[in-house]
Amino acid sequence: MSITLPAWRTGAGLLLGSLLLAGCNMPKPLYQWESYQPQVYEYFNGQSKEEQAIALERDLEKIKAKNGAVPPGYHAQLGLLYSELGRDDQMVQQFNTEKALFPESAAYMDFLLSNAGQGAKR
Amino acid sequence: MIKRLTQLVLGACIVALFSGCAERQTVDYSAYKQARPKSILIMPPLNQSPDVKATYSMLSQVTYPLAEAGYYVMPVALVAQTFNQNGLTQPEDIHQLPPQKLREIFGADAGLYVTVSDYGTRYMVLASATIVTASAKLVDLKTGSTLWTGSATASSQENQQNQGGLIGMLVVAALNQIISSAQDDAGYPIAGITSARLLTPYPNGGILYGPRSPKYGTD
Repeated sequence: MSITLPAWRTGAGLLLGSLLLAGCNMPKPLYQWESYQPQVYEYFNGQSKEEQAIALERDLEKIKAKNGAVPPGYHAQLGLLYSELGRDDQMVQQFNTEKALFPESAAYMDFLLSNAGQGAKR
Repeated sequence: MIKRLTQLVLGACIVALFSGCAERQTVDYSAYKQARPKSILIMPPLNQSPDVKATYSMLSQVTYPLAEAGYYVMPVALVAQTFNQNGLTQPEDIHQLPPQKLREIFGADAGLYVTVSDYGTRYMVLASATIVTASAKLVDLKTGSTLWTGSATASSQENQQNQGGLIGMLVVAALNQIISSAQDDAGYPIAGITSARLLTPYPNGGILYGPRSPKYGTD
């Protein structure tokens, strides 16, 4: 038993690996996420909004450079940061970009834009 | 040799069961398929664990699996901010809001109600384990009816089994405790795994693929 156990482990490991590869073939991600989720956690933890905006702006350049797809909520998150930093024009721009990329967000983005007194442009 | 083969096959069966590829009991997806939700609004999760970080650690990590499954996920921080501005800061209160009202404001097709039942590190003699367990309910915001329910758990110990020998285990335990206390939030990476397990589509029990996935309609 003590001799066969390592072999058993190796076998099980190989099986697990091949099952993961063959059985549940991992599809390519739909979006290029970069630091979106960690930055959202930073927001909830009350970290510097200026730094979060800089990180998301930097990552947006990375996504553009690779011609990747921006994840849902990314531009809206930037809009939220801009609004709390008092950069309202940029906020409006980001909410409109979210809406253009994801029409599913239209009702909510319009709600936010009208609350901000800007009205839904475009 | 035959005994070893039997063990291998048995091991493979167990692995298959846990990998999420295995066939499970048949789940009724008829209401889910009929509702065809395109967008999902995530409520701040209820927290039944003693760690106050659980709600927002989980909330900040549920977008990934749902978006990759093909849904539009309403921006979680912005949504939480809208709730705040309307005097709703407690997940308990937000979970009680009428679905139709949520649909009116956010325009989302479905709501996801998550409960975190376990979040944190347990210190034991031989190993400390950080465990995050959560359950979720997907609700049609037009009708208020439940479309899907599920639960998942993850532990920091999963990849550390069989470190070999008692001394090895004690070393790992000590190391884990240093890392866990050095970090602000040992549950955060584990919550990410729990979230992915909870909300990645799999046959007979998982959520279904959404309209933005190339696999939409295949399950």
